Amino acid sequence: MRFLRQVMVVTAKDLRAEMRTKEAINASFAFALVVLLLLSFAFDPTEETTRDISGGLLWIVFTFAGTLVLNRSFARELPNDCLDALIAAPVPGAALFLGKGLANFVLILAVELVALPVFGIFYNVRWTRQFWPLMLVLVLGTWGLTSIGTVFSALTVNIRLREVMLPLLVYPVLIPMLLGAMRLSALLVAGQEVTGDETVWFKLLFGFDIIFTSLSLVLMDTVLLG
Amino acid sequence: MRQKVILAMLALAAVLLLPNLYVISMLPDEMRQGQIFRIIFFHVPAAASAMIGSAVALVASVLFLLTKNFRYDALAVAVTEVGLAFLAVNLVTGSIWARVIWGVWWAWDARLTSALICWVLYAGYLILRQALEEPTQRATFAAVYSIFAFTDVPIVYFSIRWWRTLHPQPVFFSKTGSFPPDWGRAFMINMLAVFLLYAALTMIRLRQEETQREIDYLRRTVHAI
Repeated sequence: MRFLRQVMVVTAKDLRAEMRTKEAINASFAFALVVLLLLSFAFDPTEETTRDISGGLLWIVFTFAGTLVLNRSFARELPNDCLDALIAAPVPGAALFLGKGLANFVLILAVELVALPVFGIFYNVRWTRQFWPLMLVLVLGTWGLTSIGTVFSALTVNIRLREVMLPLLVYPVLIPMLLGAMRLSALLVAGQEVTGDETVWFKLLFGFDIIFTSLSLVLMDTVLLG
Repeated sequence: MRQKVILAMLALAAVLLLPNLYVISMLPDEMRQGQIFRIIFFHVPAAASAMIGSAVALVASVLFLLTKNFRYDALAVAVTEVGLAFLAVNLVTGSIWARVIWGVWWAWDARLTSALICWVLYAGYLILRQALEEPTQRATFAAVYSIFAFTDVPIVYFSIRWWRTLHPQPVFFSKTGSFPPDWGRAFMINMLAVFLLYAALTMIRLRQEETQREIDYLRRTVHAI
């Protein structure tokens, strides 16, 4: 119970700080828009074939935009030595990880939920036909992105080139999750049901989230305390 | 002492490898592939040693986190760096083989793709190390990253296998395999030679790492005075 309250305190703190400045979420959403715009030149957005690659397109936008939020997650704590205060606070690393992770999750999911209709309009895709399964994919995929991203954000926070280092380290690890999310999103955006062999990707997403969340919970203390 | 061990290992590797090269060159060409099949004598051992290397790196990383003994950190970096070179050998030889047999340098097949992702993951390990200056932090973060990378490899492998695969199925220890016994013998000797080379190179790299830390220590001492 105490643990849950600690998690919630960290999450609330992060969300409150973000809501007051809106620096990460504004940048992230603007970035998502720009990437969507650029990709419309790479692929003809009106063609039928574009719909086949829509899953990949969406998740590239989501991971790019998500990285911006994740980068700020720990970098925000650097001025005034807030990070040292957080580490010194009587909160276990696991609670700090979950708290920050949840805040990042909410922010990235918010960006995704705004970017998705924009994508639907620009690319002329009726993406709501399989709404709830698609939401499940978003939630599972985004949690995979945030759980790994939060640990790696802590890992890279003191590096000079952290804006480059974070994606460089996170993207390769994310590949299995991205494969699953891209495949499922492509199907669901096209209005098809996920049946038969394709359900294996849901299992993959679940497995990926569970494995990396547990690993992160175990290793977060080590990352923070060194 | 260690110098002698390294030299002995390299000598043994050479003694095994050189006559074996002759044996391999004298083998008849494979029926469908012709000459190029001989690449397997290096392609597979390189992959196998890199795989063992990543497991050693994982064990060394976990041991470092548990004991904070820098020898394990040195072992992890040495084995990863040499392993990355061996994996590169695996990728390059595979690519040459693919050009001859498939007609393309690269195909996005399951094994090829996962080997490449593996390479990128462990390259990230070295880049992360380079970016961190404080030794304790560098060792700790690198160890954490190594654990993440190792966990990811099997998931990557299985997720990509669900895309269809082109890569030839293994010919060793499998029921469908068709590798004649004398070829198998030459192959095993090559495997052993490549493992010895891997171990010797790792030990050389390990010594470099230890010397580097000693220099750092002396430099800090001088600064303190």
